[in-house]
Amino acid sequence: MSERTLRILVAKPGLDGHDRGAKIIARALRDAGFEVIYTGLHQTPEMIVESALQEDVDAIGLSILSGAHMTLFPAILERMKARGLGEIVIFGGGIIPEEDISKLAALGVRGIFRPGATTEVIVKWVRENVHVRTSG
Amino acid sequence: MKKREWLQKNYPAKERLGRFSTVSDMEIEPIYMQDDLPPADEIGEPGEYPFTRGPYPTMYRTRLWSMRQFAGFGGPEDTNHRFKYLLSHGQTGLSTAFDMPTLMGYDADHPRSLGEVGREGVSVSTLEDMERLFDGIPLDHVTTSMTVNCSASAILAMYFAVAEKQGVPLERVGGTIQNDMLKEFIAQREWISPPEPSVRIVADMIEFTAKNAPRWHAVSISGYHIREAGSTAIQELAFTLADGIGYVDACVKRGLDVDSFAPRLSFFFDVHNDFFEEVAKLRAARRMWAKIMRERFAAKKPESLRLRMHAQTAGVSLTAQQPMNNVVRVTVQALAAVLGGVQSLHTNSMDETLALPSEEAVMVALRTQQILAEESGVTSTIDPLAGSYAVEALTNKIEREAWTYIERIDAMGGIIKAIEQGFPQKEISEAAYRFQRAFDRGDKVMVGVNKYQVPEERPIPTLKIDPDTERRQSEQVRAWKKARNASEAREATLRVREACTSGENVMPPILAAVKKGVTVGEISDVFRETFGEYRDPAWV
Repeated sequence: MSERTLRILVAKPGLDGHDRGAKIIARALRDAGFEVIYTGLHQTPEMIVESALQEDVDAIGLSILSGAHMTLFPAILERMKARGLGEIVIFGGGIIPEEDISKLAALGVRGIFRPGATTEVIVKWVRENVHVRTSG
Repeated sequence: MKKREWLQKNYPAKERLGRFSTVSDMEIEPIYMQDDLPPADEIGEPGEYPFTRGPYPTMYRTRLWSMRQFAGFGGPEDTNHRFKYLLSHGQTGLSTAFDMPTLMGYDADHPRSLGEVGREGVSVSTLEDMERLFDGIPLDHVTTSMTVNCSASAILAMYFAVAEKQGVPLERVGGTIQNDMLKEFIAQREWISPPEPSVRIVADMIEFTAKNAPRWHAVSISGYHIREAGSTAIQELAFTLADGIGYVDACVKRGLDVDSFAPRLSFFFDVHNDFFEEVAKLRAARRMWAKIMRERFAAKKPESLRLRMHAQTAGVSLTAQQPMNNVVRVTVQALAAVLGGVQSLHTNSMDETLALPSEEAVMVALRTQQILAEESGVTSTIDPLAGSYAVEALTNKIEREAWTYIERIDAMGGIIKAIEQGFPQKEISEAAYRFQRAFDRGDKVMVGVNKYQVPEERPIPTLKIDPDTERRQSEQVRAWKKARNASEAREATLRVREACTSGENVMPPILAAVKKGVTVGEISDVFRETFGEYRDPAWV
């Protein structure tokens, strides 16, 4: 166990401006004692992977409400693997239909939270599923 | 009996909640009585200053509100089909939703559009797209609302060009373009350039339509997105009116007579769950705007003082869990909108937390309005809630607290300065977080989500977007760019750029450019290059 706190990137891929959820999650994770970096809106997959690398994060939470999740989540996962960042935990939330959840899980998205999830549930999930990465 | 005496007689009482408050966390007193009523002239008469009781004297007895369901998905043909479906079922106006690339000023073939084309609305990059969107719909017979902001100038130019092709003169084209950039920085968050040049383009459009398309509303000053981002009802009202003040200021500063454009300003509010809070908010909005226009801007025409509004039920109040319950929420909210005196209404569909609405779900939403209009009887008498102790007391309270916000914004030097400091943005984030904590604790109930859950949800059918839309739209944009006269398009783009830098009105050159084949993305590129790109300050 390392003594440093978990470091989490909260990111908004794509063009939609719905950032209410992302900001609430960022703040709830921060209040729970994690170190949180929020990217702001309108991020490309490249920008998100670059931020993850620069900030040396343990997990990335992706928020997307534009319906482009089946394009943008895989694009981010591919680039993560290509950069050797495959062990960073990816989770996300937004307007995501039931049938896409299993597809995203198969691609390696570890958790999907849909409308109505409480911040407590998400914080608890992060505590149980995200660990401090030992490798740089 | 005075309220104080009544309270002494009946309180303390053992109440079922520790505190009674609205969804906005506004505290509600146990009773409102005659001593809560304002002076009679604050209530006034329908159609008369300060318009608390409605913008028109005879309201729904003369004319019902426009039933206007927001629609758009896939390619232009898909949305054209939905428009015709809605019109054939008794809808009385059109309302267009564009996809994220169009809203952010990127063509369908741009790398940033990847995965987003036609997903959240209809994809429009070229004049040809706009022609397909309104194919077979005579633009002198319907009024159209278009929700688009930072790329609104290009979209409006295309709509006007389609009208011209149909042989409809601009004087006869009626409708609304949202075009409210200030609330983009505050809440909806789709932008190209920083606030100052963005507001300048809005003012160009107000000026252009006032002179050339007098039935057009060049801006719909919107609280909807502010509320959906998590604000309280009071913040929604205050920031919306502050934005309105910002636009009127910008137009007056360039020498326009306030009465030449003020009658065409329109507003757009959210209608959330808390019934009386919402009715009171809409009444307070009219009263405050009338005072602002008369006292601050010395407007003379009665039409400049009267606030007319579109409303939409609150998307954020809907639940993915037990989605049928959303029909009931929408009904309650729509009733509040009607009793609040709206001129136009969109009722959300039950499936909108899952996907864009299906035809079946949209039908129920439209029927909800028709049942309120033609079965419930609430439209038979003008402003039936006036004089209600509770409604009048809440109207006063909301007005009072909204003025406090407006005074704070004035003290900061106006709404643009306040936005640059992040004031409204941070106030909204705070309110959103407060609500989330109250919901997490169970203090705020969402039926089916944090109370009365069912273990097994039965899925309902949802709309699927044709995955081929993106490829088709991208190919069409590329073909369009190849087919046009390249030197004419280049020349026309240059004219737009010159207008941006010289300060002349951008609308005439944009109208000329779209006719020469210049796309939404290319006009937006001119804005990016001449005014710079705005970046999210990413406040948490």
